[in-house]
Amino acid sequence: MTKYLILISLLASLLTTSAFAQTKAGDVTNGKRLYEKDGCYQCHGYVGQGGTAGPRLAQIRFPLAGFIAFVRNPPSGGMPPFRAKVLSDQELTDIYAYIKTIPEPKAAKDIPLLAQ
Amino acid sequence: MDQTTDKTRKSDRRGFLKNAATGAAGLAATGPIAMAQQATLKPETGSNAEVTSNQKPGSDFMTDVLKSLGFEYCAANPGSAFRGLQESFINYGGNKSPEWITCCHEESSVAMAHGYAKIEGKPMLIMAHGTVGLQHASMAIYNAYCDRVPVYIVLGNILDANFRRGNAEWVHSVQDAAAMVRDYTKWDDAPVSLSHFAESAVRAYKIAMTPPNEPVVIVADGVLQEEPITEKHLRIPKLVTTAPPIGETSAVMAAAKMLVAAENPVIVAGRVARTPQGMKNLVELADVLQCKVMDTRMRMNFPSTHPMYGSNGAVIAYPNVSDADLVLGLEVQDFWGILNKMTGLNKFGMETEPKTKPGTKVITISAIELNHKSNYQDFFRYVESDLAITGDPEATLPELTEAVKKLLTADRRIAIEARGKKVAELNRQAHQRDRELAAVGWDASPISTARMAQELYAQIKNEDWSLVGNDRFASSWPTRLWKFDKHYQYIGTQGGAGIGYNMPAAVGAALANKKHGRLSVNIQCDGDLNYAPGVLWTASHHNIPLLTVMHNNRAYHEERMFLALLAAKYDRDPSTSNIGTELDGPAIDYASIAKGYGQYAEGPISNPNELGPAIKRALEQVKKGRPALLDVVTQPR
Ligand code: HEC
Repeated sequence: MTKYLILISLLASLLTTSAFAQTKAGDVTNGKRLYEKDGCYQCHGYVGQGGTAGPRLAQIRFPLAGFIAFVRNPPSGGMPPFRAKVLSDQELTDIYAYIKTIPEPKAAKDIPLLAQ
Repeated sequence: MDQTTDKTRKSDRRGFLKNAATGAAGLAATGPIAMAQQATLKPETGSNAEVTSNQKPGSDFMTDVLKSLGFEYCAANPGSAFRGLQESFINYGGNKSPEWITCCHEESSVAMAHGYAKIEGKPMLIMAHGTVGLQHASMAIYNAYCDRVPVYIVLGNILDANFRRGNAEWVHSVQDAAAMVRDYTKWDDAPVSLSHFAESAVRAYKIAMTPPNEPVVIVADGVLQEEPITEKHLRIPKLVTTAPPIGETSAVMAAAKMLVAAENPVIVAGRVARTPQGMKNLVELADVLQCKVMDTRMRMNFPSTHPMYGSNGAVIAYPNVSDADLVLGLEVQDFWGILNKMTGLNKFGMETEPKTKPGTKVITISAIELNHKSNYQDFFRYVESDLAITGDPEATLPELTEAVKKLLTADRRIAIEARGKKVAELNRQAHQRDRELAAVGWDASPISTARMAQELYAQIKNEDWSLVGNDRFASSWPTRLWKFDKHYQYIGTQGGAGIGYNMPAAVGAALANKKHGRLSVNIQCDGDLNYAPGVLWTASHHNIPLLTVMHNNRAYHEERMFLALLAAKYDRDPSTSNIGTELDGPAIDYASIAKGYGQYAEGPISNPNELGPAIKRALEQVKKGRPALLDVVTQPR
């Protein structure tokens, strides 16, 4: 099993972008489950609102490939790298699909408690 | 801190002598005083009989000494090692100035004093056993030490083995009581006579109140407390508080020159405001320099309504200074960490690199250098500054501001004015970004910390409010969104990052606010509350008005994140990060806990639309003078 996973992650890293082409469309329900189970919510909030421990993910600025590349190797140190052994490309695709469903927030000026 | 004038000293002393001369006719005592007066007992009275004594115990004089220092309150969990003092405080001292505050844990006593001092600017007295009580108190003392806050600690101890009865008096006795906290207190003494006690008690107060402010310890020996006074010529020395240390004039001039010459100076404020004047002094410098002030919010240093207020974003302690060509650090806790970055926890190895532009100049003004100790590492990484000034920032700022004013030419004035406009606009944009971020997840359940902060603010903003807790775990939303412009509106963080501080510090700060009629509110993490929740009862018992809004994320969440991060880093299962960190299964019912401790309480509340009305109901209770708690189930941060 472990060998299999290593092989998959090796292949994924060799094929980089083309690896994503092989994933199915993201499963939102599974994505939400993994987002919570594997701790994305811990730093980014249940609805990707962000906070002290991690930036906002709602209305994510990355395309899927960029998202996976980031999560595999976050640059600055506050976020752990999630490699294929922990989350497969398919699973990250599911998480991405969940993040994509998070609705656009209202503008602050339209929320009385945030309007200045 | 000038309450002990010569006049009050004399009258205290007269009061003491008068009482001594007339004898403590009404002073009924059993136990210790009976013991002390054995020789005067008639055999037939028996040891259980009420004994009146015409000889006053030493603890009465100690009470006079401590009263002369102007303490309003003495917080303590009762302990036999200071029973003499407690009895004297109440029956001889009238339980006034200081008034006895009953605590359920010594950590609560000290953290209450910590919060109190941050509002009131002076120490609260706390008492504890020299052994077991101090052991309980020690983490809170460490927090106060790291946070440069004065706390006045009196420890009971029986040094003379000949006076120890059995059981507790042996296991509660120690040769050198203060030893276990000497590394994180500024000064201590174990007086062996009442005269010695008087001198050391006054000295301790003076030392605690000299910047850098720190906790001090005085041991009140049990024999001195409980034996009759035999010493002649007892007197209470006059308290003379020191003027704070000010930066050396030529160094301050050099700093002014560098500040005036800089194109984009940035001020980082750590622990600047010791008194209400501190904020005014920093505002004056910012007005003259028209530069960004990044308040790390260890104190209420700078008004958030000021156009130069640059504190924004979620990570307030580590502001971004990458656009500065000069950074002035005013007693900043981890200044190196603001100027530099290290390899993140998600990578192996350890490398550093500057976060500032090449050539950025660095100036520090800090009094911490006057009290460095070596064992505990609260001094942080060494800052390679261009100019380091030893001095209290609050007291040094006026001279610096004057020097800057004198150096301003017409050209520089024009440039500085233009800079001010730019900085104000950038700050406005940054604060607007924070508002937009606060809108994300606005209707989420669990409730977002931004929503919680704003629901609370909506109910208090027209009152004379004070946020008596640390808002960092709630993504610093109040710091980013509320209008803070009074010196008592925020009390900052723990100092030593010791958890268990926030709830008792909030109660202590609320106690200080009470006589000023201020409305105290606290955003309270669940993990922190569980260390010593008995302080909720202390708030009820002493009618301390305080609204506590739980930031209940049902975990020791900071540690949960560390575990998830490390697990993923090592390619292991991050979902195990709940083990040992979650406070769930069963979920803790904080409303029931608070009700059990006599507070008004509601919850758990996880629907954001129910929060505002609940806060309103709770505030009605708080305004009647009692504490209230709302259990709000929140997003993690
Ligand atoms: C321990 C905290 C933590 C956890 C857990 C975590 N992140 Fe992050 N994340 C961060 C931080 C901090 C950043 C900011 C960039 C950095 O430090 O590298 C970040 C940045 C990101 C970004 C880039 C956002 C942007 O717009 O710049 C993405 C995408 C992301 N995280 C996705 C995830 C996903 C998906 C998970 C779960 C599999 C996850 N994160 C788990 C802390 C965390």
